[in-house]
Amino acid sequence: MHELSIALSIIELAQEESERRGVQVSAVHLKLGALSGVVKEALLGSFEMACEDTSLKGARLVVEELPVLIFCTACGAQRPISSIQLFCCVDCGTPSGEVVQGKELEVVALEIEEWDRSRV
Amino acid sequence: MGSQPRLIEVRKNVLKQNDLNARMLRQQFRAAEVFVVSLVSSPGSGKTMLLEKTLMLLCQNYRVAALVGDLATENDAVRLTRSQAPVKQITTGTLCHLEAAMVQNALEEWDLNQLDFLFIENVGNLVCPSSYDLGENLRLVLLSVTEGEDKPLKYPTIFNSADVAVVTKMDLASAVEFDWQAAYANVQAVRPGMQVLRLSARSGEGMDDYLDFLQKRLKESRVASNLSTASATP
Repeated sequence: MHELSIALSIIELAQEESERRGVQVSAVHLKLGALSGVVKEALLGSFEMACEDTSLKGARLVVEELPVLIFCTACGAQRPISSIQLFCCVDCGTPSGEVVQGKELEVVALEIEEWDRSRV
Repeated sequence: MGSQPRLIEVRKNVLKQNDLNARMLRQQFRAAEVFVVSLVSSPGSGKTMLLEKTLMLLCQNYRVAALVGDLATENDAVRLTRSQAPVKQITTGTLCHLEAAMVQNALEEWDLNQLDFLFIENVGNLVCPSSYDLGENLRLVLLSVTEGEDKPLKYPTIFNSADVAVVTKMDLASAVEFDWQAAYANVQAVRPGMQVLRLSARSGEGMDDYLDFLQKRLKESRVASNLSTASATP
């Protein structure tokens, strides 16, 4: 269970960006690979809890889960795997240890609130 | 006063700080020509026992040292000091894994130039350590025969973060009806092409092959680093 420390890192990263740009963050968009070692549900719970008492309080965490993709030498292309327990090309069955997607743990975007000052 | 949500692109690795620290460690290790091996496994799969024997056997011909991660006790470090090799404990408290910064702190007083091998024993856990790069040259994932052959299928992530799998406690294999072929096939299912060693630190079975493998990898890394140094020099 290391999702809380991951959540704290996400918050820290979002805070840095929001302070640098002088904006309020309402949501954090995250890419989460199936081999990242992080469980989505546990991360969502940790994130909500860790946001309390920070400038991100109430912000949402929007998680895009990325399946594993391998490079299949037989197909000569990136392919999904049969299952997380079987790293074989889903189309032709060739085994491959060359993971090209699935280890991501990356903040890709922030949703920010921009106050329209002209209408104040 | 109105507000409108807007998306701004960021694209930042959440573990960027750990990755930066790991990169610094890797540079340090390369400059000192020390070969760094980390061990991950579930609790009780024999990391400390294997490390104890490894230190004892390697210290006859090499300069070896170890860092050991443990949640609360210093028992592992005490066990390992019997080998006479320098050993330092990293007590993680409640943290379930080692991070690169902890390794950096632990190494502060050590002169890496005085070492050939450095071993890092991670906290016993098959989940969390997989996310954290420690700058090591080689990550071994241990699987003891008493845990069952299907461990790789249950923890594909850690097998994908490691370089080589080591089946331990082979002296107990027949007592627990361990099926080596099935275990090997399961490793290959989640990590095609992964090298799998098998041994018993207690009986000594397979230890020669394992030590030969480590020494070969040390030599290879030195050759590679000399080549890259030579090609970088005009």
